[in-house]
Amino acid sequence: MPDQTALQQATSEPIIIISELEKWFGEFHVLKAISLTVKKGERVVICGPSGSGKSTLIRCINRLETHQKGKITVDGVELTDNLKNIDHVRREVGMLFQNFNLFPHLTVLENCTMSPVWIRKVPLAEATKLAQNYLERVKIPELADKYPPQISGGQQQRVAIARCLCMSPKIMLFDEPTSALDPEMIKEVLDVMVDLAESGMTMICVTHEMGFARTVADRIIFMDGGEIVEENDPETFFHHPKTDRAELFLGQILSHGFDD
Amino acid sequence: MHEHTVTKKWNPLPDQPPPVRDFGLSGWLRKNLFSSVGNTLLTFIGITIVWLTVPPFIQWAVINAAWLGDSRSACDHLLEGEKAGACWIFIKVRLGMFMYGFYPDPERWRINFSLFLLALGGLPILTTSLLSENSGRAMYLVAGTVICIFFFGPIPGSVAALFLAGPFLLSLIPLTGKIPLRAWDWIFLFAVYPVIAWFLFVGDIFGLPYVDTHQWGGMFLTLVIAGIGIATSLPIGILLALGRRDSMPVIKTLCICFIELIRGVPLISVLFMASVMLPLLLPEGTHFDKLLRALIGVALFYAAYMAEVVRGGLAAIPKGQYEAAQALGWGYWKMMGLIILPQALRLVIPGIVNTFLGLFKDTTLVAVIGLMDMLGIVKAALADTEWLGFPKEAYIFAALTYWVFCFSMSRYSMSLEKRFQVNRR
Repeated sequence: MPDQTALQQATSEPIIIISELEKWFGEFHVLKAISLTVKKGERVVICGPSGSGKSTLIRCINRLETHQKGKITVDGVELTDNLKNIDHVRREVGMLFQNFNLFPHLTVLENCTMSPVWIRKVPLAEATKLAQNYLERVKIPELADKYPPQISGGQQQRVAIARCLCMSPKIMLFDEPTSALDPEMIKEVLDVMVDLAESGMTMICVTHEMGFARTVADRIIFMDGGEIVEENDPETFFHHPKTDRAELFLGQILSHGFDD
Repeated sequence: MHEHTVTKKWNPLPDQPPPVRDFGLSGWLRKNLFSSVGNTLLTFIGITIVWLTVPPFIQWAVINAAWLGDSRSACDHLLEGEKAGACWIFIKVRLGMFMYGFYPDPERWRINFSLFLLALGGLPILTTSLLSENSGRAMYLVAGTVICIFFFGPIPGSVAALFLAGPFLLSLIPLTGKIPLRAWDWIFLFAVYPVIAWFLFVGDIFGLPYVDTHQWGGMFLTLVIAGIGIATSLPIGILLALGRRDSMPVIKTLCICFIELIRGVPLISVLFMASVMLPLLLPEGTHFDKLLRALIGVALFYAAYMAEVVRGGLAAIPKGQYEAAQALGWGYWKMMGLIILPQALRLVIPGIVNTFLGLFKDTTLVAVIGLMDMLGIVKAALADTEWLGFPKEAYIFAALTYWVFCFSMSRYSMSLEKRFQVNRR
């Protein structure tokens, strides 16, 4: 089994290459010597205690945060101050946020069609059809004419997923997409994410949902103190972590109702 | 996992109507007017004040007042004594001047016509759905044209027809139809209408006699200054607000300096500067219309205030909105124009309208540089020896006119707020 996945990964090309990444917030050194390669179609879950730099890391990938040292290449384009490169990368990379960040002054449908129409120059009729398809896929076609504040958190996050998909991204970043949700809503969002993972989307996901990580991830990355402490396939990571830090972390989060 | 069987089925309780809180008229009175000794006392004081002021005023303004006639002699007996009353004949006789200033009598239809055009062009923007549908719009076009032909004649009627049909047709043609009707409405109102209005007001073209700006006055001048001030101060203010929040230090500093400088001086001194200082700085012989200078002064002055109102709205938009837009690939101007500003401006509608109202009323200050706005004309009319002794009527009329305009703006802003309420939490 491990040999087979290794073979698969070797043949598929890398889509994100991060090397020797360093970042500071003022005096605070948030990311230390991060090197990470993600291959096309790969599903990577990043976990770790809060303040470990995991969100900052994925926000660097679409340059919501700028890095001071090192190199990030996404889809063959290096992220620098060059606005054209940033534009290119942002069009290929979709992102989900903890607080959904839907545009509250637009209906659900408009949230999904605005970006294709204005950024990708898709005709409105076509964009509308596309949006309806994706709303169907996230199982809320009936909410198209509602405004975001009128629907539940779980529904909002699913709209956010549809909104991303309408831009047909090659990569999707998830920044704790279920952390602001009630337990009953977490499942509906995770279901959509699992569905997405099965369709072959390249995904990088910062999450505390260890069940999701175990079923979906090809690789788990464990961070603390701005470093990648451990990188492993899910089976090994959850059952035989290499580092004491990961073992401590797992011991703490798994002690609450997570059992086989 | 241990075995467990469900023994009870949960049924949610049915919804009940809320308890009735209405206790009828007497209940309302007791609760709102006579709930305590202090409140009862206040109620009686209030009634006394109303009783002492309102009936005498009605007696003076309506019952004893002179409404009919067109000469001073009809009002002589009203000035003093028991039967003192208002002389509305004075207002009636001077109404033309209050409205149009010294604009020549036979040319005043041009003002009426351009105001009518403004209303025709503005209505589809101010209202919502009805006029955005093709059938509704076609009927609107026909109705507007017919009314125009009826009141102003065939040539103005055809101008109105073209003006109304323009955005409608452009939105239907495939090439220009990519821009929606609503956008064409805005383009026509802000790009085409000012040109038409300018030619109509000034004339000297298409056989219309020339009317110099020093003949402009009254409510017409007030509306020109307020209208242009409102239409320009908001966009400039938005740019200043964006500039003030910009990351580039040069732009930021320039905007801060401009805003703080302008906010630190009274409008009167800005108008003086524009009127007296500007010609000194410009090369000899440059003609710079006095009205234009006043317009620039008012627009820039209020742009600075508007900038601060808009900045308040921008500050209220969560960082996540910017991040979501950026992550979707939105560039700065599109993001601002379609995502951030629509939200920010909706939040500060009360502040924006507040500033507009201030602007509208401050147009009276152009009197200091010799322009005859509505209030200026009213004051000038008071000095007329034939009609001495009616300042109350004149000022009440002026106040009422300003109030009608301001109150309409305020009501409209409230309806806008209500319309946008739907997407707020």
